[in-house]
Amino acid sequence: MAALEEEFTLSSVVLSAGPEGLLGVEQSDKTDQFLVTDSGRTVILYKVSDQKPLGSWSVKQGQIITCPAVCNFQTREYIVVHDNKVLRIWNNEDVNLDKVFKATLSAEVYRILSVQGTEPLVLFKEGAVRGLEALLADPQQKIETVISDEEVIKWTKFFIVFRHPVLIFITEKHGNYFAYVQMFNSRILTKYTLLLGQDENSVIESFTASVDRKFISLMSLSSDGCIYETLIPIRPTDPEKNQTLVRSLLLKAVVSGNTRNGVALTALDQDHIAVLGSPQAASKECLSVWNIKFQTLQTSKELPQGTSGQLWYYGENLFMLHGKSLTVIPYKCEVSSLAGALGKLKHGQDPGTHVMPRFVNWETPQGCGLGFQNSEQSRRILRRRKIEVSLQPEVPPSKQLLSTIMEDSEKHIEVEVRKFLALKQTPDFHTVIGDTVTGLLERCKAEPSFYPRNCLVQLIQTHVLSYSLCPDLMEIALIKKDVQLLQLCLQQFPDIPESVTCACLKIFLSIGDDSLQETDVSMESVFDYSNSVHDEKMEEQTEILQNGFSPEEDKCSNCDQELNKKPQDETKESTSCPVVPKRAALLNAILHSAYSETFLLPHLKDIPAQHITLFLKYLYFLYLKCSENATMTLPGINPPTLNQIMDWICLLLDANFTVVVMMPEAKRLLINLYKLVKSQISVYSELNKIEVSFRELQKLNQEKNNRGLYSIEVLELF
Amino acid sequence: MGEFKVHRVRFFNYVPSGIRCVAYNNQSNRLAVSRTDGTVEVYNLSANYFQEKFFPGHESRATEALCWAEGQRLFSAGLNGEIMEYDLQALNIKYAVDVFGGPIWSMAVSPSGSQLLVSKQLLVGCEDGSVKLFQITPDKIQFERNFDRQKSRILSLSWHPSGTHIAAGSIDYISVFDVKSGSAIHKMIVDRQHMGVSKRKCIVWGVAFLSDGTVISVDSAGKVQFWDSATGTLVKSHLIANADVQSIAVAEQEDSFVVGTAEGTVFHFQLVPVTSNSSEKQWVRTKPFQHHTHDVRTVAHSPTALISGGTDTHLVIRPLMEKVEVKNYDAALRKITFPHRRLISCSKKRQLLLFQFAHHLELWRLGSTVATGKNGDTLPLSKNADHLLHLKTKGPENIICSCISPCGSWIAYSTVSRFFLYRLNYEHDNISLKRVSKMPPFLRCALQILFSEDSTKLFVASNQGALHIVQLSGGSFKHLHAFQPQSGTVEAMCLLAVSSDGNWLAASGTSAGVHVYNVKQLKVFEYSIPDKQYTDWSRTVQKQGFHHLWLQRDTPITHISFHPKRPMHILLHDAYMFCIIDKSLPLPNDKTLLYNPFPPTNESDVVRRRTAHAFKISKIYKPLLFMDLLDERTLVAVERPLDDIIAQLPPPIKKKKFGT
Repeated sequence: MAALEEEFTLSSVVLSAGPEGLLGVEQSDKTDQFLVTDSGRTVILYKVSDQKPLGSWSVKQGQIITCPAVCNFQTREYIVVHDNKVLRIWNNEDVNLDKVFKATLSAEVYRILSVQGTEPLVLFKEGAVRGLEALLADPQQKIETVISDEEVIKWTKFFIVFRHPVLIFITEKHGNYFAYVQMFNSRILTKYTLLLGQDENSVIESFTASVDRKFISLMSLSSDGCIYETLIPIRPTDPEKNQTLVRSLLLKAVVSGNTRNGVALTALDQDHIAVLGSPQAASKECLSVWNIKFQTLQTSKELPQGTSGQLWYYGENLFMLHGKSLTVIPYKCEVSSLAGALGKLKHGQDPGTHVMPRFVNWETPQGCGLGFQNSEQSRRILRRRKIEVSLQPEVPPSKQLLSTIMEDSEKHIEVEVRKFLALKQTPDFHTVIGDTVTGLLERCKAEPSFYPRNCLVQLIQTHVLSYSLCPDLMEIALIKKDVQLLQLCLQQFPDIPESVTCACLKIFLSIGDDSLQETDVSMESVFDYSNSVHDEKMEEQTEILQNGFSPEEDKCSNCDQELNKKPQDETKESTSCPVVPKRAALLNAILHSAYSETFLLPHLKDIPAQHITLFLKYLYFLYLKCSENATMTLPGINPPTLNQIMDWICLLLDANFTVVVMMPEAKRLLINLYKLVKSQISVYSELNKIEVSFRELQKLNQEKNNRGLYSIEVLELF
Repeated sequence: MGEFKVHRVRFFNYVPSGIRCVAYNNQSNRLAVSRTDGTVEVYNLSANYFQEKFFPGHESRATEALCWAEGQRLFSAGLNGEIMEYDLQALNIKYAVDVFGGPIWSMAVSPSGSQLLVSKQLLVGCEDGSVKLFQITPDKIQFERNFDRQKSRILSLSWHPSGTHIAAGSIDYISVFDVKSGSAIHKMIVDRQHMGVSKRKCIVWGVAFLSDGTVISVDSAGKVQFWDSATGTLVKSHLIANADVQSIAVAEQEDSFVVGTAEGTVFHFQLVPVTSNSSEKQWVRTKPFQHHTHDVRTVAHSPTALISGGTDTHLVIRPLMEKVEVKNYDAALRKITFPHRRLISCSKKRQLLLFQFAHHLELWRLGSTVATGKNGDTLPLSKNADHLLHLKTKGPENIICSCISPCGSWIAYSTVSRFFLYRLNYEHDNISLKRVSKMPPFLRCALQILFSEDSTKLFVASNQGALHIVQLSGGSFKHLHAFQPQSGTVEAMCLLAVSSDGNWLAASGTSAGVHVYNVKQLKVFEYSIPDKQYTDWSRTVQKQGFHHLWLQRDTPITHISFHPKRPMHILLHDAYMFCIIDKSLPLPNDKTLLYNPFPPTNESDVVRRRTAHAFKISKIYKPLLFMDLLDERTLVAVERPLDDIIAQLPPPIKKKKFGT
């Protein structure tokens, strides 16, 4: 819904506005700074957000400004015309308008028009148009006459349509109106006659225009209080012929027909217009916003002190002269829709209207990602953005990269990716990386032979990817059995689902030793266990297994006997690593990954029993290694922690106990684990027993610190 | 800055009483806390958790319930069977109404969102099983009707947010009442089983009625249970403790609640979606907090924090990190143990300390030493501190305030109904105490007592807003003058300060205005803080700003005094540090070290002078209850170690540390 916000007054000084009001309000090169030209001699630069003037320039006494000052967006200079023919150009640093650049022209200027992205145009009263640069090259050049005698320019506007400047101006002669459309680059001038339709006698009070893809929609407010719309084609069918245009009624009786003061209208966006004027003959003046699509009054605001019948709209601010002072009313409008009116948000957008980027860039929320998703976003902003986009001629590197991915060879892609990564991280870095990976994976799926492994590794190592961004990545790696990539994913992604973790585990356990040899797995987490001396192990191990628990109490003595009968080398087996180091590194990656028990357990049941036993053996081995040193940690960089090991042992047993218990080769392992748990329990029970003694020790310690109830001490303050 | 001899006193055997109820007021961001001795305190959570109001306790009043009504009215109910309303302006009890239902165990104010009710209503649950409804009138409360009598005492009450139904927790069951008819529509029996063993009784310690009709109950079997009030059936049960779950509080949005257990644990429950982006939500126990050693008797849920209190006397405010927007000291955990009012006064001349307890006063003489030493030394005592006097009050009322005169020969204290003044005579080591009888009728209840520096005048702030000046000479006294409060205000004065020449008296009321009185000419000058003329120094401070660490301190300053000989020095302290500000030295900027516990040894004099700044801080003594200058080179610091307090509390529930 459209909404007018609280108004505020800009000018601290009363502008010397004549009976016609101000000459104009124009945008400056900064977004909330505006040039206000009064009908006398002064140009003031206002900063709207601060509600204060930043600068003020006047022409000499006796001179009079005849054309509102505009900003040349390319050079950031200001241009004004005084005494119809004298052009002045200055910038913020200049103080005195008399001392700035001056050019005297040979014809009278109607208006200077300037929009972002192109050079300003000068429209002469005779209808000729010149670019500023061309004019300044030879100020005294001859200016031709375009419009006929007694024809007077009433209104003009300057657009950029498809990067081409288009100028429209309306003239009037004896109650007939003509529209001229000048395509500036092709220098085609097309003249149209506006037919007023049934009400021939009405005088058009005010014009406004908005531009569509093919048409300029010219809206006019007539003296009968109605708004008419005229569609003017941008590309004329036959430029030579004089064409006629018919206007159609858009809104009826918006303002009272016979007002003393002027009325004004301005288009706010495609669906909304703002109208200034009195709704009834006797009432006070109002600013009202109309929805032309539904022909409804959206909001209105009474302006009791009267206006000059002028209205400007830039950015999100409406400017008008209210009483004696320049008033700004901020205006907000969202696209209105029936669903919105009914209180429901529109869900999703029509497919195909525009491409929605897959990845939302959270760092620049005002950027394209969210902007397009938000259906409430004003269309006006979108339009502005479209223009901005169209102003950027070169294709960004990310776009190039994406197009490369779709077509080029693996080698070339790799080079391109490396090039892109070497670039400075742009704000949309996340987005581009995400798009790149998706592009690569889509191509992988389409062409089975295509597998840009090195690219993917590089992209994963940027640390910006996660599982949810590219779920296909791990899927493809699983199909290709690329354990190196899987290990990298496990290390880098924070959000791998348990099913995928389990699928990785399956591959890590089942892959053959010989195929493992070829891979280049990161061995960071694996300590070279073979280095440690095996001979001393036996005694140490028994000691640890006991853990303060006497062997006599062991209820499982027969198991022990059975164990003792086993040949020595088999016992030794449990102390040497049951898996090759590369597999150990892969399994460590699994141990480090995050999981939730409930979701992991069902998947663990799918792993074949012999693999479970192998993994259990490895975990048991790790546990023994852990308990070898006092801190209960493993050597090496980033090794699995004791808790991770114990949790995984429990998980595996929980999931597969019935299977494992039936396997003869797992029996020894289970007995060992049983003893281990038993010894743990006894340690804790012993700890419980001596807890009281600990507390006493603590108390003793406290008493030592306690200095008694009273003392006199010396304190020096520095 | 120099050396001080510090009398480090730890014999102030003060044990705060346990917290029984807390009530959070969303409108004013204030927290009312009641203690087991009947004391009620009001904390301003916006003003650094300062304890700004205080109502003294009473032996026969055990507060069991506390609640705010109509924004600014505070009610309490207790085992003496009375509902009381507190006057937050005059700081006294407005009235007490006997409900004739035996001891009151629970109380609840009708929810503000209810449109059905014209005015607010108050419900109380009594020992005899009755639930009584009272109408809150602008100046009192009025009994309206009884609900259906239940078999056993009503221990907890909760209104449905629409005000149509209430849930009442009793022993072994929860009743749901229809407010209109006053009849019980459901009776939900709570399982007695506890860990498979049938306990004798299951006490429903707390209930909460949610707007969707769910009733949450907490009980003595350690369960948090969710009931459907429409059908009277149990929906879900969480066993969270081996001991009682004693309290529950629900957030206003009903998306989270907090329960406190007898094991000292506080559990946070949140309503979270079952899966991401699904609309189905369920209650999940999210966070346990263990900030208490003893029973958590009461909890409250402010929009941004969980507040809990219990037998271990701490008030704990635990901000919810997801609700805190800026990471500053407001996001830090607060533990408030000691009152912010003054419990200790000191006679500088005779080196005496007067300790105020709930029902008695203790007078101690500080010891002395002849030895000297360097920083950090403990000096040998030539004379130890003496306990001179133990003065018990008569009657059940707690002492509000007390003071000893600087000369040491007068002691004054006051309860709610009586004001006492004693004259002390010293003959060598013997002291004789004589009560000054026949106190004038206006001197009945004092909120603050102060003696002038020369001990000739006594200033008394009464709870009617008047300030009385009494001339003391010999063994008698004479009423000099009374400054009456401005017409129309009954604001109580709760802080007093006197200038050292005795000419000026400053008083501060509950609304933070400061009144300054000229004692000699008996004129009143009034300044409110904003119009007061600040000194040049405070202007510089305003200009330059305080050190960032100083601004980050989170405990309110509880005492300020001035150096008698050096006017440039200000001594101030809070519970964790004390600080002497030397106004002649430059203010520290953010780059300098604010707190420097070690002597600057290897630095030259120039560096030393350059780094010297106005704030001299020491954190050696904590928790610090009182600190003052006895003379130029002697300080007295009263500490109260937390361990000593815990040692005097009943033992907590024992929990196994290892194994299961």
